[in-house]
Amino acid sequence: MLDNLLILVQAPTITVDLVLNGILVGAIFALAAYGMALVWGVMNIINIAQGEFVMLGGYVAVIMSAHGVHPLLAVPVAAVLLFGLGWLLYRTVIFRIVERDLFTSILATFGISIVLQQLMNTVFGGDVQVAQAHLGTLLLMGGMVTLAQIKLLSFALAAVLAVVLVLFLRRSRLGQAIRATAQNARAARVLGIDTDRVYAATFGLNAALCGACGALVAMAYTVHPYIGLPYTIRSFMIVIVAGLGNLAGVIAAGLSLGAAENVAGFVLGTQYQLAFVFLLLVVVLVWRNWRLARKRQYLK
Amino acid sequence: MSDAHKKLAGRLAILAVGLAAPFLFPAYQSQMAELWLFVVFALTWDLAGGQMGYNSFGNVVFLGIGMYACVLTQVGLLYDIGIYNGARGGGSATFVFDLPHYLEGLALGLPVGALLAALAAAVLGAFVLGMRGHYFAICTLGLGVAAGEVANSWEWIGAGSGMVPPTPPQVIGDLSRFYYYFAFALAAVTFLVLGWLYRTRFGLAINAIRDDEDKAEAMGLQTTRIKVAAWVIAAVFLGVSGGILGNLKRFIDPIDTAFSGATFGVWMVLMAILGGKGTLWGPVIGAVLFEVIKEATWTYLLGWQRVALGLLIVIIVVFFPQGILGWLRERFPDRFGRRVEADLSGTAEETAR
Repeated sequence: MLDNLLILVQAPTITVDLVLNGILVGAIFALAAYGMALVWGVMNIINIAQGEFVMLGGYVAVIMSAHGVHPLLAVPVAAVLLFGLGWLLYRTVIFRIVERDLFTSILATFGISIVLQQLMNTVFGGDVQVAQAHLGTLLLMGGMVTLAQIKLLSFALAAVLAVVLVLFLRRSRLGQAIRATAQNARAARVLGIDTDRVYAATFGLNAALCGACGALVAMAYTVHPYIGLPYTIRSFMIVIVAGLGNLAGVIAAGLSLGAAENVAGFVLGTQYQLAFVFLLLVVVLVWRNWRLARKRQYLK
Repeated sequence: MSDAHKKLAGRLAILAVGLAAPFLFPAYQSQMAELWLFVVFALTWDLAGGQMGYNSFGNVVFLGIGMYACVLTQVGLLYDIGIYNGARGGGSATFVFDLPHYLEGLALGLPVGALLAALAAAVLGAFVLGMRGHYFAICTLGLGVAAGEVANSWEWIGAGSGMVPPTPPQVIGDLSRFYYYFAFALAAVTFLVLGWLYRTRFGLAINAIRDDEDKAEAMGLQTTRIKVAAWVIAAVFLGVSGGILGNLKRFIDPIDTAFSGATFGVWMVLMAILGGKGTLWGPVIGAVLFEVIKEATWTYLLGWQRVALGLLIVIIVVFFPQGILGWLRERFPDRFGRRVEADLSGTAEETAR
């Protein structure tokens, strides 16, 4: 472990490689996290099935590329399909728990996440899958830094999606209705906004966002039925650090999480990378709690 | 017959059934042993989740720690653990455990498991239990998976290829029957201790934390300390049950047996909610019902069990959140309702079936 740290100091190009690749994957984390923040802020629901939506989007890309369609086309297809799934889930389950306490939503979406994850495991098996995009690799700094073009492309697409989402929320009627409902659902109802529809659209939009992310993940990285929970945990962590409705914070936190995770994976060994993510969540929560406790002392 | 007599008769009947069961249904011994362990899982989950309002997804951490600690102690007393775990791939060494050593290992291993699990609960709890509700829930979700990932990559305890508990000597005979009585005793002790605990001031304190933590704190309760204590108590019983489960299953997989968030971790939440969380008998009823449903239908679901399980969680949480006992209490309050009689010393007597 210390040897690996030493390598990082002695060979800065490796560090650059790790950080750059981490930032590229971080864009996907940030996008999924923004979706979670949206649902949390508007509907007061913490969606544990967030990562499963990502996983499903990934499988859309895998299936399409297995049938000879270029997986890049899977990005919009996954978004549309997942929007439908999100809408359906809202109409069957989520609308019953919107008004209930946060923990009910955690448990219910946890159940949904198990259903989706085990469904995919039963149908497609637990194997690791990829959707080949057949793109080359960029070599920088004399070949010491390798960047797969598909990762760069997925980063760019994630950025585009984020911009589109922000414009949608700012400009469109539905986006304005979503933001109004987030501020005060009752007042929004009084003003004639159908909040039930807004909730359904928000949940669907989040699922669509995750689906698009998932298609990118399947192309640039890998998918298997159990990748969901790490994505959920990452999203949650990013939202906690950045706060609700803070897009710049979400992007910064997402990119730095990606970089930190990659470096930690190299230093500790890749088999500990997931453990690092989950332990980082615990550390972040404990740190947040400690900060809150300090704030509370001023009231004494 | 007075109420107290009825209660005693009921408990004696359960005791008699529990003791005789392995002889009555010898074909189902391991399932029944598992059932009693499930009762322990549900009861200990409910201690923090139902009675205290701190829903944990990470109680499997204590189960796994107890399991590994117990088995490692059993092996470590006689052999080098590294060699023992390394030899599984077909080494020449044989590892024999004769009766005195086997029993000695078990007698030492189970308490060590309980102790380490309690220690983990105290240390983790001191950090984690300062958080409120949903942050705690997701944090424990992370803890459970992190523990599994660490165990999965730690070579010394067998890493991803798992660990085999010591082979018991021939004299013990039927292993399932042997551990059935351990599981039964543990379930009985857990039930009695928790039943007693809920009748003390400590029980009132954790209920107060569930109902309104800020007010409880304002009343002078050291809430974090009480929460940690409750988690430690849950961890002690879970630690012992982990040791028993590991030996019963005869094989420890770090992610599928020890730190199994996807099975035991979910099941304990489900059983407690199904039976009725925040009650003493609810988790017991939930565990029995769940084990019966599981054994009766599992094989007919042809690989769709875990999907069905997820659906069951959604349905119970959304449509039936009060659980069986909670529903009975609402429906028949005079028969199943809570009767609280406070006397002047401030302790409350609760008679709830």
